[in-house]
Amino acid sequence: MNHSKNQAPELAYGTVITGKWHKQSYRIVGKLGSGACGTVYLCEHKAVRFALKLSSDRTRITSEVNILKKFRKVQGQHLGPSFVDVDDWERPGYGPLSYYVMEYLQGKSVAQFLTGKKQEWLGVFIMQLLSELENLHQAGYIFGDLKSDNLLVTGSPAHVRWIDVGGVTAKGNAIKEYTEFYDRGYWQMGSRKAEPTYDLFALTMVMLETAYPKRFERGKDPRKTLYQKLEAAPSLKAYKSLMMKCWRGDYQSASHMKKDVVDQMMALPKENTRVGRKRANEKAFHWYEIGATSMFAVIFYLISVLMRF
Amino acid sequence: MKNGKIKQILLLTDGCSNHGEDPIAVAALAYNQGVTVNVIGVLDDTQTEQPKGLDEVESIAEAGGGVSQIVYQKALSQTVQMVTRQAMTQTLQGVVNQELQEILGKGQTLEDLPPEQRGEVMEVVDDLGETSQLEVLVLVDTSASMQHKLPTVKDALLDLSLSLNARTGKNSFSVYTFPHKKKTISQLVAWTPDLDAIDKVFPKISSGGMTPTGPALKESLYQFGKKRLFRGMRNDEPFEESGS
Ligand SMILES: Nc1ncnc2c1ncn2[C@@H]1O[C@H](COP(=O)(O)OP(=O)(O)O)[C@@H](O)[C@H]1O
Ligand SMILES: [Mg+2]
Repeated sequence: MNHSKNQAPELAYGTVITGKWHKQSYRIVGKLGSGACGTVYLCEHKAVRFALKLSSDRTRITSEVNILKKFRKVQGQHLGPSFVDVDDWERPGYGPLSYYVMEYLQGKSVAQFLTGKKQEWLGVFIMQLLSELENLHQAGYIFGDLKSDNLLVTGSPAHVRWIDVGGVTAKGNAIKEYTEFYDRGYWQMGSRKAEPTYDLFALTMVMLETAYPKRFERGKDPRKTLYQKLEAAPSLKAYKSLMMKCWRGDYQSASHMKKDVVDQMMALPKENTRVGRKRANEKAFHWYEIGATSMFAVIFYLISVLMRF
Repeated sequence: MKNGKIKQILLLTDGCSNHGEDPIAVAALAYNQGVTVNVIGVLDDTQTEQPKGLDEVESIAEAGGGVSQIVYQKALSQTVQMVTRQAMTQTLQGVVNQELQEILGKGQTLEDLPPEQRGEVMEVVDDLGETSQLEVLVLVDTSASMQHKLPTVKDALLDLSLSLNARTGKNSFSVYTFPHKKKTISQLVAWTPDLDAIDKVFPKISSGGMTPTGPALKESLYQFGKKRLFRGMRNDEPFEESGS
C-alpha cells in the first residue's frame, strides 16, 4: 500500500507457479482482474481452470483464505468461490509472494448482464443477492465490501455470485473493509458495525449505481443527496419505496427485504383499470407483457434455485 | 494476551519539518517507548507532482514502526482509517512474531510458518485487532499551507472515530495541533472515547510559521500519561498487556 514502492509487472502468460509448501504447479493463462491488493489470474492445473489471487500483502491472503475455508464448512451452499489451495511463491527477482487458488467463476459484470434487459431483471438479481445474503448472515457473517465490482453473474440460468471475500466480517465486529460509495457510514446513514442492515444498505447502493454508472459525490447533505438521486432515476421507479424503506431502517433482515421484492415483482399491475377503453387496450397489452415477464422471471428464479439442490 | 493496549500517534502533515530535532529520531524513540508513529502526507487535489520533502513521511513512519501514505485530500477519510487499522495489525503481528521467536528460535516470523498455521495465528491477530484497547493521538500540522485542508482533515477524523468505534475494544482519542508559539503543540481535544467534539473546535484553529515536526512529536509522547511512559522499559513493543 505504500505509494512509493513500485508495482511488480504482471506475470507473463505461460508462467508456471510452483508452491513452496504444497508443491502444486499452476500455469498462468490469463488475467482476470486486479484490485487494491493483488492480481487475479486465470490458471490451469491438471487441465482444469482456476482463479489464482497473487499478492505481496501476505497477511491479507492469509485472512481471505481463513474466510474461504470457513465458507467451505457451511454445507450445501456456495457462499463464495470454493477454495482450492494456498501457498507461497518466490517470484524471481521480486521476493516472496503469497497466493491462493479458488474456483474460477466465469461470468459477466452486473452492468454487462443488465444491459439491454428489462427492469424486472434488476429485481431478479436483487432477489438472488438477498437469498445469498440471508445464507451468509445466518452463517454469522456480514459481507462488508458489497459492491458491483465484487459481484459476477454466472451461467445459464443466470445466477449472481460474489467474489473477493476481503471485507467479510463476523457479525458484531467492525466492518473490515468497505468502499465509500457503498458504505452507510460515509452517507451518514449508520455505523460501521457488521450487522445485516449494513449489507442491505450497500445493496441499495448497487441498485442506485445501475442508474448512475459513474456514481456521484455525497455533497453537503449526504442523506438528501441520496433521496434526490433516487427521485431522479426513472429506471428505479419500481424499487423506490423498497429502497426508501431500507434507508429508513424498516428491514432488519435480508429475508424481510426479499419478501417485499418478491411481492413487488408478483404484483399485478393496477393502472390498467383506470385508463380509457381505447388506450386501455394498448396499455393492457403493454402491462400484460411486463406482468408476464416478471412472472417469468420469478419462475425462472425458482427453477434456478431448485436446480442448485 | 487478550485485551492489550495499542498506542499510536497519527501525524497529518503536508510538508517537511524545518525546525528543531530530527523527527525520524524522535519517531524511533517513540517506537522504543511503545508508541507507534503513523504518518499521512496530504496533497492538494490539484497537485500533480509530489512536493520535495515528503519522503520524510515514509522515513518517520518506518522509524516509528508505523504505516505511511501520501494521499490526495479526497481520499483522506478512507486512508486515515486504513492506515490506523493496518498499523494495529502490524503492531499485533510484531507481538506475535516476538512470541514465535521464543518458541521457534531467532529470525522466525509468521511468514516462515506453513500457510495452515499462519492462518490460525492470523485469526488471533484479527481477533486482537477487534478487541484491543486503542489510544490514538492525532497530531495535525496547521502551518499555513495546511489551512485550507483542515475541513477535510476534520471529516477524516470524524470518519476515523466512526470506524474505530464499531470495534468491540475501547478507544481513546486526543487531538493536538502544531506549531504553537509557547507550548510546541496545543491541545484541541483531550482524551475522549469519540471525536464528535472535533466538529465544534476545528474551524477555530489558526497558526502558521515553522514546521517543528520533531519537537511536536516528542511533546506528543508525553501526552500518553507521563508517569506510565518513561518509567521502566520492559516493553519494547508498542503494545501493552492489560494490567501492566
Ligand atoms: N474466482 C474468480 N473467478 C473469476 N474472476 C475473478 C475471481 N476472483 C476475482 N476475479 C476477478 O478479479 C478481480 C479482482 O479480484 P478481487 O478479489 O476483487 O481483488 P481485490 O481484492 O484486489 O479487489 C475481480 O473484480 C474479478 O473480475
Ligand atoms: Mg475487489
